[in-house]
Amino acid sequence: MTLILTQAQLQAIHLHLEKAYPEESAGFLLGTDGEPRYVQHILPIQNARPDSRHNRYLIEPLDYLHAEDLAARWKMSLLGVFHSHPDHPNIPSEYDREWAQPFFSYVIVSVENGKATSTRCWRLDENRQQFLEETIQIEQEVA
Amino acid sequence: MPRIKIPTPLRYYTDQQAEVTVQAGTVAEAMQALVAQYPALKPHLYNGDGQLRPFVNLFLNRKNIRDLQGLETPLAEEDELMLIPSIAGGC
Repeated sequence: MTLILTQAQLQAIHLHLEKAYPEESAGFLLGTDGEPRYVQHILPIQNARPDSRHNRYLIEPLDYLHAEDLAARWKMSLLGVFHSHPDHPNIPSEYDREWAQPFFSYVIVSVENGKATSTRCWRLDENRQQFLEETIQIEQEVA
Repeated sequence: MPRIKIPTPLRYYTDQQAEVTVQAGTVAEAMQALVAQYPALKPHLYNGDGQLRPFVNLFLNRKNIRDLQGLETPLAEEDELMLIPSIAGGC
């Protein structure tokens, strides 16, 4: 399993998550499914949690619907979600697992002292018991 | 028959169908008909106690069923039920 991002997309993800620090934030990945998966668009979303924003994020149904609509309009797939773990390792938590969707790529970024330091990607297994790591490949943009 | 709109992450379990028609008189019956038709969906929609997982939101004609009669909300022939996940997590 491989997820392909451009350097600019990775920077856009990091920037959005660093701006939200010390709170968590998130967004969607839109693109082309397959092996590998190609991300074509990053959609930053505001954390909708009213509380515990330092260690929880929530994307509300209407924001989800908007992302689905955009993906359909642009003939892309909704490939997954990115979110931050402020001052925390970028390994999925039990809470991440409980709320995870199958199929989605979950990009998790460690943001330490306001700076994105490490990025990894995961997919939920079929039994919903664990996440399997997905390789992130960074490609240079074609001019 | 009422139609259920399937979100992207669950379409793998509905043979890539974005929309499934079911024979049902209520939202609860529609969900039961959906998992009867596509059993592999069940663990992703229901927990071990047979309750809908907390991230499952159901919108009937774009209104949240929580603001209607919940799972007992009646369905008409031409109704559209949208299955929309809340996306959440954290460290």
